Amino acid sequence: MKKSMICIACPVGCHLEVDESLNVTGNRCKKGESYAVEEMTNPTRILTTTVAIDSRLQRRISVKSADPLPKAKLFDCMPVINKVRLDPPVKRGDIVVRNILDTGTDIIATRTIEE
Amino acid sequence: MSTYDIIVIGGGAGGLAAAQAAAANKTSVLLIEKDARLGGILNQCIHNGFGLHHYREELTGPEYAEKAIDELTDKTLNIRLNTTVTKLNKEEDRFFVTYMNKEEGERTVTAGACVLTTGSYERTRGAIALPGTRPRGIMTAGSAQRYINIDGYMVGKRILILGSGDIGLIMARRLTLEGAEVVGVAELLPHASGLTRNIVQCLHDFDIPLYLSHTVTDIKGKETLESVTLSAIDAKGRPKKDSEKHFDVDTLLLSVGLIPDTKTFDGITFKEDPRTGGAYVDQHFETSVSGLFASGNALHIHDLVDFVTEESLIAGKAANRYVHRLKNKKKNHIRVNPGEGIDYVLPQRIDTTSKKHPVTFSFRVKEENAQATLRLCQGERVILEKKRRFLTPPEMERLILPVKKTLDVETPLTLHLEVDEG
Repeated sequence: MKKSMICIACPVGCHLEVDESLNVTGNRCKKGESYAVEEMTNPTRILTTTVAIDSRLQRRISVKSADPLPKAKLFDCMPVINKVRLDPPVKRGDIVVRNILDTGTDIIATRTIEE
Repeated sequence: MSTYDIIVIGGGAGGLAAAQAAAANKTSVLLIEKDARLGGILNQCIHNGFGLHHYREELTGPEYAEKAIDELTDKTLNIRLNTTVTKLNKEEDRFFVTYMNKEEGERTVTAGACVLTTGSYERTRGAIALPGTRPRGIMTAGSAQRYINIDGYMVGKRILILGSGDIGLIMARRLTLEGAEVVGVAELLPHASGLTRNIVQCLHDFDIPLYLSHTVTDIKGKETLESVTLSAIDAKGRPKKDSEKHFDVDTLLLSVGLIPDTKTFDGITFKEDPRTGGAYVDQHFETSVSGLFASGNALHIHDLVDFVTEESLIAGKAANRYVHRLKNKKKNHIRVNPGEGIDYVLPQRIDTTSKKHPVTFSFRVKEENAQATLRLCQGERVILEKKRRFLTPPEMERLILPVKKTLDVETPLTLHLEVDEG
């Protein structure tokens, strides 16, 4: 069965088709081929979300995965992250969850909240 | 009365860059921000994809804001937070800004130049005349973004989004990750308004349907929202009979466009471009009022913050030059008009006496074009010609006029687009 997708490697947005043996059609350049193969074999995404913080300024602090996570694990990561409660000060880049779900990737703060 | 060289109104991405550039050469700058912290809307845009052009790395909104704030190192820069500007006036060659905050009450300060980086506001339900009842549960996508990402409130459980603008797409993903069911995104136009990468990563990734050429034709619910009806529309924009789809949802998000926000205070008026909803400016982002500059989303709506920063650095620098030496400079303006196939183009006029800097034109095309030739002309004379591929209305395009190109000092410029066959 062929899977169709839009390439997002650049703004052109080629409409790609990939079959089970990973033959890619519809791409105008090599980037499209590697994008499609990666999407079929190991799709990954940066996860961005928030965690609770006890600050007088705001109730949530934004966080992200330091590296892309396997797409299939994004939903499993959310309850783990949502259990975290932080107290200020938190600095941009501080680790919020180490090695989330044994992926080897940390969840880090993306902003600084001093108080 | 406190006196500054330059006052920058609005401390988001645009104001941060404008203030940074304006404060060079020991120039005293006052940066006024209505929120408790700098960074503006970047603070609630927790997703990544910012900074690829300006910082050459992929950042989230808050990270981009903090980097920009860290660059504000000039000692001549003063900042007022939690401060609202109520009046802006110009008398002779001085600007008078009246603001209010808890510590100082109401105060008027003065400056030799002013930069408006007040951002934009979201088009609301009233602006698009949504039919049906008016229950709670209907809000703009940006409000929902603030509730979730800053205040920590979930907005609903079953959600429909009207409008395929980028904020709506981003919120579709965000709400899905937080456990809500996003039943679909409806778009009036036959094509999506947001960037392709957001369509892919926010909708396709989560199997959220996109209903193109659809709009809301009914809203039901007395106290809280109960259901929303979508209808397909024909080429003339009329709902097609028997095309209704009903969705039992508790929340309807609107992502139906942004409008430059420059009328939040009284006083000064300047010439506006009805195409952009913002000021009419020259290549230094100076408005029709001498010494008043505007940039960022307060000027025209951007899809990438990187270009807000770039534009505002130019505006801040120009304000700096203005207060130090160019206040009384004689100018000669020629108009810049959008031609065939072009929705709008900025700047709307060029000062031909200023020849030191290349001019960056920002524009949007009217329709999708696989391949096209752009021509910047003065009458019959072609000043600049460039071939471009894959031009679409959601993506702001840019064209740079090098310093060496000489312009006629009387003839207006027109940017034309010609569709190439094949």
